[in-house]
Order: sequence, then C-alpha cells, then structure tokens
Amino acid sequence: MPDTRRLLKERIAGTAMLVLTAVSILLTAAIGIGLYIRSEPLLARHSLGSLLTSSVWKPMKGEFGFFPFIMGTLWVTCLALFIALPLSLLSAIYLSEYAAPRIRRMVVPIVDLLSGIPPVVYGVWGVLFVVPLIQRSAGTDVTHFTSGYSVLAGAIVLAVMIFPLLISILFEVFSGVPLEMKNASLSLGATQWQTIKFVLLKKSAPGILAATALAVSRSFGETIAVLMVCGNMPLAPHAVTDACYPLPALIANNYGEMLSVPMYDSALLFAAFILFVIIFLFNLLSRIVLARIEKNLV
Amino acid sequence: MKKLEEQFFKTLMILATLLIVGSFFGIIFTILKKGLPAMNMDMITQIPQGGYYQGSKGGVLNAIAGSLFLALGASALALAASLPIVMYLNVYLKKSSVLGRITRLSFDVLFGIPSIVYGTFAFTLMIYFGNKASLLAGIITVAALVVPVMVRTMDEAFRSCPKELSDAAYSLGATRWETAKVLVLQAVSGIQTAVLLAFGRAIGDTAAVMFTAGFGDHIPSSLASPAPTLPLAIFFQLSSPSEAVQARAYASALILTFIVLVISIASRLLGKRLQKNKTRS
Repeated sequence: MPDTRRLLKERIAGTAMLVLTAVSILLTAAIGIGLYIRSEPLLARHSLGSLLTSSVWKPMKGEFGFFPFIMGTLWVTCLALFIALPLSLLSAIYLSEYAAPRIRRMVVPIVDLLSGIPPVVYGVWGVLFVVPLIQRSAGTDVTHFTSGYSVLAGAIVLAVMIFPLLISILFEVFSGVPLEMKNASLSLGATQWQTIKFVLLKKSAPGILAATALAVSRSFGETIAVLMVCGNMPLAPHAVTDACYPLPALIANNYGEMLSVPMYDSALLFAAFILFVIIFLFNLLSRIVLARIEKNLV
Repeated sequence: MKKLEEQFFKTLMILATLLIVGSFFGIIFTILKKGLPAMNMDMITQIPQGGYYQGSKGGVLNAIAGSLFLALGASALALAASLPIVMYLNVYLKKSSVLGRITRLSFDVLFGIPSIVYGTFAFTLMIYFGNKASLLAGIITVAALVVPVMVRTMDEAFRSCPKELSDAAYSLGATRWETAKVLVLQAVSGIQTAVLLAFGRAIGDTAAVMFTAGFGDHIPSSLASPAPTLPLAIFFQLSSPSEAVQARAYASALILTFIVLVISIASRLLGKRLQKNKTRS
C-alpha cells in the first residue's frame, strides 16, 4: 500500500513538472504571437516595406516610419561591437592562453562583477563620464557640434556592458580547442602567437561567430542604459557624434502613454515585435552552433 | 620578426584586459565620487516628502523597499517554477531526450530576450485583463525574466552531480521523485548561486518593471499597490533639471550598486564554502 502511494506521488510530480516545463517553453511562442497579433492593425494599414523604410514619424497623423529608429539601433549596435569584439577577443585569448592562473583568478571575478552591474548604473556612468568626455573632445569642432549624447556614447556604454558576455563565451570556446592541436603546432616550431592565429582562431571561428551573434542581440535589446546617453532624436544618424533613437528607447519612452492616439500602441508593439524576431533568430542560431561545439568536445 | 609580432600582440592583449578590468573600477569610481557627497541618512531612512522631485526633503526608502520586495518575490516565484523544471530535465528525462534538448535550447533563447520585450508583453496582457500596475504584476514579469537565468545555472549544478549518487538511490529502490530530492541536496550550492544571480538581475532591471510595477512615493503595502523601484527612481531623479535632485540620483545609484555588489560577492563566497562540504565523485 505505501508503495502505490509512492508511485502515485512519483507520477503526479512527473506530470506536474512536465506541464510546467511545457508552459515555460510555450512562453516564447506566446510572446511572439501576442506581439504579432497586437501589431496586426498597423500592418493591415501600412505595408511592411513602407513601415521599415519611411522616415516620417508623426503618430498624431498616423504616419509611422521606423527607418530612423532601425538605423539608430544598427549604428549603436555595430559601433559597440566594433569596439567590444577586438578588445574581448584579445582579452579572452590572453586569459585562456597566456595568463598565469594567479592573474586569471584575479581578472575573472572582476569580469563577473562587471556583468552584475545593473543597466541603469551603466547609464548613470555614461551620463557622468562618457557623455562629457565626448562633448569635451569634440567641443572645439564647430561644424560637428555635439551635446555628447550620441551614437558613440551609447556604443561605448554598450561595449562595456557586453565585455563580460563576450569574454565568458569566448573563453569557453577557446578552452574547448584540443590541447593536442596546439601542441602539434608548437612542436613544429610555431610561436605561441602563430599557433593562436593559425590553430586557435581558425578552430574557434564558429564559436566566435556565435558569441558575436549573442552580443549583437544583447545590444539590440538593451534599453535603459542606451536610452540615457544616446540623445533620443528621431532622425537617422549620419555621424557617430549624432544623437540617435534606438527601437527599445522608443518603446520605453512612449509605451503606456498616449494610448488614445490610434495605432500608436500597435506601432510600439510592432517595434517590440521586430526586436523579438531578430533577437530570437540570432539567439537560436548561435545557441545551436554553441551546443554543437560543446558536443564535439565530449 | 616573429618575436616582435608575438610581443606586440601580447602587449595588446594585456592592454585590452587592463582596459576591461579598468572599466569596472572606472564605473565604481565615478559612482562613488558623485554618489558619496550626495549620500546621507535621509536617503535610506525617509520616503519622498511633498515636492521631493523639486528638491524638498526626503529619501528613496520607498524605492529601496519596493525593489527588495520585488526582487524577493520574483526570485521566490522563479525558484518555485525553475526547480521542478530542472529536476524534470535531469532526473525524469534521459540524457539523450529530445524534449530535454528542446527545453534547454528554448531557455537559452529566452535568456536572450530583452527585458523591454517582457515588459511590453506583460503590459499588453495587463491592459487586456484590465489590471493596474502593481507589485504583483512586477513580480510576475520579473520572475519570467529570471527563470531562464535560474534554470541554466541550476541545470549545470544538477549535471555536475555524480552519477553514482542517483545510481545508489535507485538501487535502494527509490523512485525518480525521491532521487530528485536527494539530488537537490547535492546541488544546493548551485541553487543558492542561481537564486542570488536571479536576485541581482531582478533588483537591477528597469525595462521590465517600467510599465508593470508602477511607481509611487510610498512603500508598497500590499501586492496590489504600485511598487516604486530603485532603477526607476534613479532614472526619474536623473531626468530632473534640478542639480540637487540629480545628485540624489547619484546617491541612489550608489545604493543600488552597493546592494548588487554585496549580493555578487556573497554568492561567490557562499559557493566556495558549500563546495567544500560536497560529496566528490
């Protein structure tokens, strides 16, 4: 009798856990579908092409051109990656190939702490340090007046935010390269740097790509830190010192207010839908690549 | 030539690492330098008085309390959801299970979905069901945001449990549910790390609580009342034209940074201490 009770417990627990697992997986789909349904009214009025390429943003007149916001997002993301990727690569190579265990034990916890700093604190740092720095360095140039609140400020803040993500994934990718391969190269007379260049980097190319894709999607979605330093002007930027207005900032600044304006909430949810789709795809692809890499190791 | 190239890149690598480490200390330095002068007892013991955002007296106790309630609630709720999922993945499912692979992949993907998307999605649901912004709505949204963090961290802890342990449990006639409970004890340090990580993420998040938790000058008294949070308090104070109010934003940022750093460091220390008492495989 007690045995049947134990088995019953086992069954019930199993079913409950299965349901919970299924629900949490379905959450991803629910978010995607929910955002799509809510952006449907906008998509019924305007064609996808005109929404993505028009620069006119006049919600009161029912004109929703997302081009400036998409460009703002792309500028900030690309520039952040341009800053963060080389630095993170160099640092991750150093940590995995050169650094003494003692130094690694000192650096890795600091990188972890960096990843724990809340986005809003990064934003405050950007306002207090990065923005004035840009303003001062560009201040004398009259033709390119800048308040400092710019693409560049957003990109620098974002770059620091994605350092920990990039370094931790790259470090793992590098430590996955078999030691025998490196030793073979070294024993043929290659220097350590040559081994890194021809063996390590080549072998980890898919992993580096996957890490980059994750960093891109992280930069795409970062909201508050970027919003605080990028100036929020609905114009496509032409220089790194121009202000810009990325998609997440658009949503954060406007959603929840003025919902009486027709189509406005639909337009903002469409912005969220764009973010969701792009980030979902980037994440999915890079995670599949990373899982493959991990499997080859075992 | 080869040597020169080697030396050149090694120097670059060290410089890059120094820059990254330096940026952490740079951020802490900036926050301390600007935050400390504005810091006083009122900041952490008072709620905002009338006209606080124009420079009147008061502090951000409401936001500190709101943030703590929200992060505690969200971590507890997320733990209640994540633990069964991780137990199911590791005990009930076989290693080669397709469902297990799909589940892990979808949590990895969910992990990347930005908090603004969670926030907007939750808010559309709230409009649909006619709910107002409240502590409870904030807790649920942030819990959904941190479940992936928890599942990933705890999954690793469960996976590193020695196989002999579950074999031993099974050979004594334990059911899978009973074995799972044994494994929980073994993975307790990983669970603790996961909870602290989630707590840190929950207390620092802005975009998910912006629409869902609301804001107010009082300490939330029930799950249905709006919950002010520190990140939003920082954001609002910083947007003020008054310099005195901006200074309070710096002090608030200092408080938030302090809380988050204490949690990060505590989780590292706890993790190390518990590791020692673990059965080794």
